This record gives sequence, C-alpha cells and structure tokens, in this order.
Amino acid sequence: MTGHLLPGTTLRQRTAGAVADDRLRTNVARAVDRFATHRVEGLGELDDADGLRRAARAAKQQVLADLPALLERFADNVLARGGYVCWAPAAEDARRYIVDVVARHGATRVAKSKSMATEEIDLNPALEAAGAEVTETDLGEWIIQLAGETPSHIIAPALHRDRHQIKDLFVDTVAAPPDLGTEPTELVSFARRRLREVFLAAEVGITGANIAVAETGSVVLVTNEGNGRLVTALPRVHIAVLGMERLAADWAQADLLLALLARSATGQRLSSYTNVVTGVRGEGEVDGPDELHVVILDNGRSELLAGEYHEMLGCIRCGACLNVCPVYRQTGGHAYGWVYPGPMGAVLTPLLAADQPEAAELAGASTLCGACMDACPVQIPLQDLLLSLRRRKAEHAGRTERAAWKAWSTAWSDPRRYRATTKAATWTRWAASLAGRLPVGRDWAQGRTLPRPAGERFRDRWKAGL
Amino acid sequence: MDVSLLITCVVDMVTPDVGEATVRLLRAAGCEVRVNLDQTCCGQPGWNAGFAEEAAAVARTTLAALEADLDAGAEAVVVPAGSCATMVRVFWPELFELVGDHDAAARARRVGERTRELSEFLASRADHLPPLRLGRPVTVALHESCHMLRELRVVDQPRELAGAVEGCEAVAWSGSDRCCGFGGTFSVKLPEASVAMADEKLRALAAASPPAEMLVGCDTSCLLHLQSRAEATGNDMPVRHLAEVLAAALPVEGESE
Repeated sequence: MTGHLLPGTTLRQRTAGAVADDRLRTNVARAVDRFATHRVEGLGELDDADGLRRAARAAKQQVLADLPALLERFADNVLARGGYVCWAPAAEDARRYIVDVVARHGATRVAKSKSMATEEIDLNPALEAAGAEVTETDLGEWIIQLAGETPSHIIAPALHRDRHQIKDLFVDTVAAPPDLGTEPTELVSFARRRLREVFLAAEVGITGANIAVAETGSVVLVTNEGNGRLVTALPRVHIAVLGMERLAADWAQADLLLALLARSATGQRLSSYTNVVTGVRGEGEVDGPDELHVVILDNGRSELLAGEYHEMLGCIRCGACLNVCPVYRQTGGHAYGWVYPGPMGAVLTPLLAADQPEAAELAGASTLCGACMDACPVQIPLQDLLLSLRRRKAEHAGRTERAAWKAWSTAWSDPRRYRATTKAATWTRWAASLAGRLPVGRDWAQGRTLPRPAGERFRDRWKAGL
Repeated sequence: MDVSLLITCVVDMVTPDVGEATVRLLRAAGCEVRVNLDQTCCGQPGWNAGFAEEAAAVARTTLAALEADLDAGAEAVVVPAGSCATMVRVFWPELFELVGDHDAAARARRVGERTRELSEFLASRADHLPPLRLGRPVTVALHESCHMLRELRVVDQPRELAGAVEGCEAVAWSGSDRCCGFGGTFSVKLPEASVAMADEKLRALAAASPPAEMLVGCDTSCLLHLQSRAEATGNDMPVRHLAEVLAAALPVEGESE
C-alpha cells in the first residue's frame, strides 16, 4: 500500500470536479504554457537536442540493464564515505527506517526539501504520528503543506494556486500580516523568513535525489531555491530517499541527464542550485551532515524492471509531459488521484499502485495525442505504454463492456454485417437508443449534440455512380 | 495513377460529402479511384480501448479489401483521415503482431507502405492539380490533428494546400496543434474533460485574429467532436473537412465523372 489514491472516487468524478473549477484551469494553463514555452526555447539552444535525447535514452536504458550492479556500487561508495544505506523493498520499510532514525536522534524538528519519492511513501504523516514536526522547505511544497494538499505537479507542486490564493493561505495558516502584498517577491521573502527558522532549528534534513551517481556514491539535488543545500548542510542528520532507478553509472551520464533535466523542466540550462552530497562531512570540511542515510526505494520497481513496462523507469521526473498534456492542462494534477499526475502518472499509477483497483483506470486519462512522447527528454514511449495498460485493463473488463466490443467486432469484421448495421435507418434507431439509454450515448450527449447519420452512406452514392 | 480509397467508417456513415469531395479531388489530380466496398473500419476504436483481438478482426477485413485493390493494380491507398491512416501505417503491424497473426502483420506492412493521408497525397501530386479558386473568399482556421502531427509527421501539407487556393486564407491561431479532446473512448469515459478540451479550442478559435469564418481539418472524427460541442453551445462556426474546401475550389469544367 502506497501513497493516497483518493478512496471512493472515480477518475471521472475527479476530472469533472477539476474542470468545473475555472480558476484552477486558468492557473494550470498559465503555468504549463510558461514551462512548455521555456522548454522549447531551452532545448532550442542546443545544436542537436534530439541527439541528446537519444543519448539520454540510451544511457538510461543501459543503467536499467545494469541496475543491480550499479546499485551495489552506489551503495558501496555511500558506505565507504561514512553513510548508511537502507534497502527498502516497500513503502512501509522506508517509512519505518526513517522514523527510527529520527526517533534515535530524539529529533522533533525535521526539514524537508521537495521529494516525490517521500510523497510516494506517504512519509510526513508517519513522522508526525511519531511526534516530529515536519516542514516542507520548497516554497511550493510548503504552500501545499499549509493547505493540507498534495503536489499537483511534480516540479511545481502548487502551480494550481495563484499568488492571491497563496497570500490568503499565508494569512490564514501562518499569521502573515493581512496587508502582505501579492507580488511574488513579497510572498517569497515572507516565506524565506519563516523557512530560515526551520532550517536553523531542524535536527534532521530529508531530501529526495534527482540523480544518484554510482561511481562516487553521490546524491545530486536539483533545486531553484537553495533549500536542498540548506536542508543537507545545516541539520546534523541527512536522509536521502531515492527511487532505485535514479542511478547514473558515472558523472558523464549524470552530466547528460542534468543537461536535459532543467531544460526539459523549466527551460533553464541548469537549475539555480545543483547540489552534490558525497558522504558525511569529512575532516576539516565546514558543511555537511555528521550522519548520512540513503534510502533506496524499490516499492514495485523491481517488478517493473523485469517486465514490458521497464522503459518507464527511465523517467527523470522533469515534468515536460505534464506541461504539454492537453488533459493535464484542463484538470491539473489532483484529478489523477495518486502521487504522480499527467502522462507519466497515468502510466506509473496503474503500475506502482497496482494494489489499488481504482488505479487501473488511469490508463484512460489520455487522448493518446502523443504530445508527451514528443516532449519526453528520454523518449519514453508513453503512448505505447498507455495502450498496453489499456489492454491489461481490458482483460478484466466488465461483461457489458466486453460484450459491446465483441458485438462491434463481430458486426464490422464482416462486410455484409457492416452494411446492415450502417444503413442510415438502422443507425438512426441506434443513435436514438444510444443517446437515451446506453451509457455511451448519455456520456457523449453531455454537452454535445449527436452526429446525425447521413441520409445515404458514401458507399450508396459510390454504387449509384460518382 | 490508380488509387484505392479507404473511405473510413465515419466518412461513410456521417459525412459522405467528404468522401465525394475526396473522389473529385483525386480525379482532378489525375487518379483513377477505386473503392473496395468490402472495407469496413480500420479497427482503431477497439485498439485504443485495449481490445486488440476485437480490433484485429475488424482490421483484417479492411486489410483484405485494400490488399485486393493493390493486387489489382492500385499504387496507393488514400485515406481522408489522419488517424485512420495512422492506424493502417503505424498500428496495424503492431496490432497483428500482438495477436500473433504474423502473416497479417507482413501484409499490413506492405499496405502501410503505400498508404497516404489525403493532404499528404495531394501535396505530393500538387503539380497535377488544376488551379484552385474559391468563388467566395474565405478565411479558415486549420485544426492540426494529433496523429497527423505526431505519428505521420504530416505537418505542412494541409496549410500548403489551403494556401494554394485562390481566395482561401488560413489564419494562425493559438493551440491549433492541441488535441480537440475526442480521443475515441476518452470522449465518453471522461466526457467533462473531453468537452473542456473542445471548449478551449473553440475559445481560441473565436479569438483568432484575423477572425476565422470556418474551422477546417483533415480528420472527420476531430471535426465532428468540435462541431458537436459547438452546436450544443449555440456556436454556429461552420466546420469542414479540407477535402470539401479544396473540392469547392476545383474548376467547374475540371469535374470529370
């Protein structure tokens, strides 16, 4: 059991709710347009962006092929530099380990930098239940923490909220002065003052990992706010949680992925801060933790690695597919219902949250327009994976749905039956009954007129002589 | 040139005018047109919904019809729908391999190599087309459909063809390359999201500057989706297939029956 697939709701209910919220749609569209435009500009600076994407894809595929050995090497190097490694087969293993480390230090104040892996394992409630006060220090993460929400985007977790909503939230939840301005600089400087106190007081810092470099046992953190650096440099204990696929064999591969990550996410050549944590603070070093724990999270990934969906493990979590997705644009991320939204989430949710029956329908959260595949920096065939997941879901389809497709197939795999079923008179009758009674007709008729059958088909005209 | 027409189920049933316009255009471009009436549907609805066996049975029927035309001398298969052309060219081999029908997959590859979306085909024979002129000038907005852009990579041809028509101006508009929200079963599984996507397209269309008088595309399914939404909201923007616009611009004496 992982994450928080909204219980008792369907994908349709969630998307319907989201599209009814005009402010949400406006905020999401404005944000993704900005990201997507910057991405095109950022990649446009490169001589051969597609060549780089091919190289990155090849590198990630190589990493996945060598993953067990690379993980061993990475772990050995973490240990050699004074760190500890936790191999967490499932979310609860990771949670338990982290809660234990925090408890062992008697820590009550934990500072976090943005990490989707910790969202996946639902870490914060576990820490809070154990008596620790957890503060998200990425501005977007802090905003949604204050709002009691989950990230709606993997890079910009609060992108569904505009600055006026954020100001109101600060006033309501953290006693910001009611006359606080709504300019981003004012909001940021308010947040910075508050978060500085958190960094200084925290006993444990928890981060994710954008890339883990096997050859040196390093954890690479990419941020634009510097909070990753503060979370890893100030508290005595640093815990990094990484999905086990986030490996790069060496720095050449890490460099290749970094070159694409920031450009694909925000269009930047490099994010403002690229922080490398290699082992604990050494003798004579000013910064760094006394104690470093690296939690390597499996949580279903080994199973993926062995099967037809292994390419999804190449995902570098840049968010480019979300930013170009016409469905995400209308719904934002919460409608997807679990941790990961957008096209990558539509693929990952049925795979990583497979224990939750509602997860399978996420494969339907796409029109298969292909924009995600064109944007993916590591060329993951997202559309093909979605189609495959739909086939997997179809195997468990209900009797009505199965019967409908069977009937269609039987009728239209025979020219005579096709002719009989497409006669205008027949079809008009069908259309009327479809609109009224069958769910498919009712659902189409939600805000759309039914296409009218032509009086005579093209084939009738052709036979009559064109 | 001898061509076989994959008319598509939607054009057959709902927009036969598009089929008729396609035939006139192909003839005007110097083609002999054959239509094998044993064709049914390309199978895309079932394929996209995850029902591969069911889709393969339908696709096999249409494959046999198109193959028979190629065997009888047709040099190309022309499809007035980007997504059906994609189904044939890109997904048929995959579909047949998936259901274990390697023979059909091999035959599908042969048919796929000869299959062209209509605007792609016409653009390649533009020098055979007579001068195109519309009696009443019209400003059109082109909807660029997903499969044409991102699977077939047929990007410029519709605009080039529209641009070659005297009296037809294609305006640029925001989001012209964004999905209309149809997506086959997506439109009935998540109708609210689907309609919201259509609405954004229609809003962008209304904001086009200079304003467009007509929405034009190369995929009847996208066009029907947008039209259905437009009608339901009292938006009377005319929606036409590119074939209809081009055929209306053919010289009257150029019509050969």
